[in-house]
Amino acid sequence: MSPAPRSPLIPPRPAPARPRAGWSWHHPATRARLWQVLALLGVVTLLGWLVYNTQTNMAARGIQSGWDFLGQTAGFDIGEQPIAFESTDAYWRAFLVGLLNTLRVALAGIVLCTLLGALVGVGRFSRNLPVRALCRGYVELFRNVPLLVQLLVWYLLLVEFLPDTTEAWSWGHSIFLSKSGLVLPFPQQGANGWHWSVPAIDGFAIDGGAALSPEFLAVLAGLTFYTAAFVAEVVRAGIASVPHGQIEAAQSIALSRWQTLRLVTAPQALRVMAPPLTNQYLNLTKNSSLAVAVGYPDLVSIANTSLNQTGRALECIAIVMAVYLTLSLATALLMGRLDRRDRARQEP
Amino acid sequence: MRPSETIPARPAPPSSGGLRAWVRRELFGSWVSALTTLALLGWALWALPGALDWLLWRAVWQADADACQAARGVGACWGVITEKHRLILLGRYPLEEQWRPVLATGLLLALVIASGVRLFWTRWLVLAWVLVWVVVFTLMGGGVLGLAEVPTERWGGLPLTLMLTTLSIVLACPLAVLLALGRRSRMPAIRTLCTGFIELVRGVPLISVLFMASFLFPLFLPVGATPDVLVRVLLGIALFAAAYLAETVRAGLQSVPQGQLEAANSIGLGWWQTQRLVVLPQALGAVVPGLMNSFISIFKDSSLITIVSLYELTGSLGLALSGDPEWRPFMVEGYLFITAIYFVVCAAMSRYSLWVEQRHARGLAR
Repeated sequence: MSPAPRSPLIPPRPAPARPRAGWSWHHPATRARLWQVLALLGVVTLLGWLVYNTQTNMAARGIQSGWDFLGQTAGFDIGEQPIAFESTDAYWRAFLVGLLNTLRVALAGIVLCTLLGALVGVGRFSRNLPVRALCRGYVELFRNVPLLVQLLVWYLLLVEFLPDTTEAWSWGHSIFLSKSGLVLPFPQQGANGWHWSVPAIDGFAIDGGAALSPEFLAVLAGLTFYTAAFVAEVVRAGIASVPHGQIEAAQSIALSRWQTLRLVTAPQALRVMAPPLTNQYLNLTKNSSLAVAVGYPDLVSIANTSLNQTGRALECIAIVMAVYLTLSLATALLMGRLDRRDRARQEP
Repeated sequence: MRPSETIPARPAPPSSGGLRAWVRRELFGSWVSALTTLALLGWALWALPGALDWLLWRAVWQADADACQAARGVGACWGVITEKHRLILLGRYPLEEQWRPVLATGLLLALVIASGVRLFWTRWLVLAWVLVWVVVFTLMGGGVLGLAEVPTERWGGLPLTLMLTTLSIVLACPLAVLLALGRRSRMPAIRTLCTGFIELVRGVPLISVLFMASFLFPLFLPVGATPDVLVRVLLGIALFAAAYLAETVRAGLQSVPQGQLEAANSIGLGWWQTQRLVVLPQALGAVVPGLMNSFISIFKDSSLITIVSLYELTGSLGLALSGDPEWRPFMVEGYLFITAIYFVVCAAMSRYSLWVEQRHARGLAR
């Protein structure tokens, strides 16, 4: 192959001028630096102003501050205690009880809303029209009503319309539902190993088993049914994102509909669903803070009580924000890491 | 060439059109499907008469607590709405002045609906927004033009919900665009600040922000300056909403192809001009559904201000009924009433978003 003929016509051009050294307003890098310095100065000034104001205000109103209150006696009782708590215990223990209550209801909600959401989301692809319509109606209804209203309605239904404890609805004489909550059989460690503690009506109370308060149930039901509507949409979008050719290919090798879902659609859809699903779980956890509206002693509710008793608004709100922030950021980090690992595995 | 054999005519395939085929396909496609259909039909036939009885036929419509008590369990008591609708919809606003919030709500609704119609997308709309807000605040607050003054703690119900939602959206949107642009900026300091703010706010629940607005904002401001609790809460919701909207806007910014930026550069547009004339119109258009979802969330979340003792729609229902032993038993009907209001507004918003999305898709396909 002969070399391409050189064109004699265009004279060589001079090298491009080097960017002017030193400071010039016309240099983009200079302006970028200036903008950043201005932005940082602005934020620092704003924060400084806020801190100064806060200090002056606190001094003027004689508001005490500091974390010493955490060691003081709380002086209030907590209705639900995953760990033992007396009113003579310290504030930090009260906050711990609140955090455990938040985690308890959030974890239960995450499990239940995933199950219900998956069911409803898959139901939207059913070949049966009434099932499709029902699932769609569910999503529309629960998504378009504020969670707070739903929580209040659940709580109202639980405490007003259920029978009294003595006339509790029971299933198989082992599960009881009444105004005072739900009582379930629960494994318990006795003298001779583990055994099931089965509840039974004894006079005016139900003995044994594990009792779930109406507040817990209302928050759980509200969070589950509300978030399940969003999870169903995530599931639907995930399934819809699987190319149709995949399903046709599955049909052509004679997989049944259930097998197609389990072996072809679900594994591919799950990969798409993971990030938005995590988001929904985080939303559920943050939304569990609405528990304060029905009196479930979650973290926010405990912080609210402590705030009213001690007047340490700054500290109490900071604790709440820090806890939720830690939960969110930890989950985000974990998901990011899983995602990277997944990607690394995908690319050979 | 071999003589061809005649292939006997095959029967026509089962018709796939028509009502019969539709019923067979949609309702009785398989044994499981048929059983499900029958089960659901049976359930509907069993539940529907009772539900209709309770909801309509045997419901009590007059504001008569005794009749309601008598019908308890068999018929709904819509009388509670007849009796309490003013308190539920308008909160504690003084009775004789209630035409004012009603008018303000009407104006606000008309403004929002008009803003959704393409015909009105002119610069007059901006003027209308300013004007309507001035009128709404004058009507609600009073104190001028011979209107009696009504302090903000007596505002409540639906007008408060609508005002808070629209105002916080209006405040949050520009902030969200700036935050989203900042998060994608090449300047590390600005990027870090914006990312930090967005992640910080998105990591905490709205309630904690509202508590902050209610308890801490007065501490943050200079001594003596305590803005109205409504203003503080509005600011809290707007800051919260801005972080979520910023993430939606950022998704839109990412969807604008790099070539568009290069084209803008090549015709000599500056950074702000590029963003304003080239990037943002495309970015925002692409994320209308996401933005609308966020707006719906803000509308629903406005119910949370009940927890810091402001009586918007949800709070005013509690206010109207929980203190009244005569009507308190009919709280469920009250909740159904406000549920219907929330549902209608949210469903209308999501329908509208669907319509815009389809229009947008049509524009792109051309």
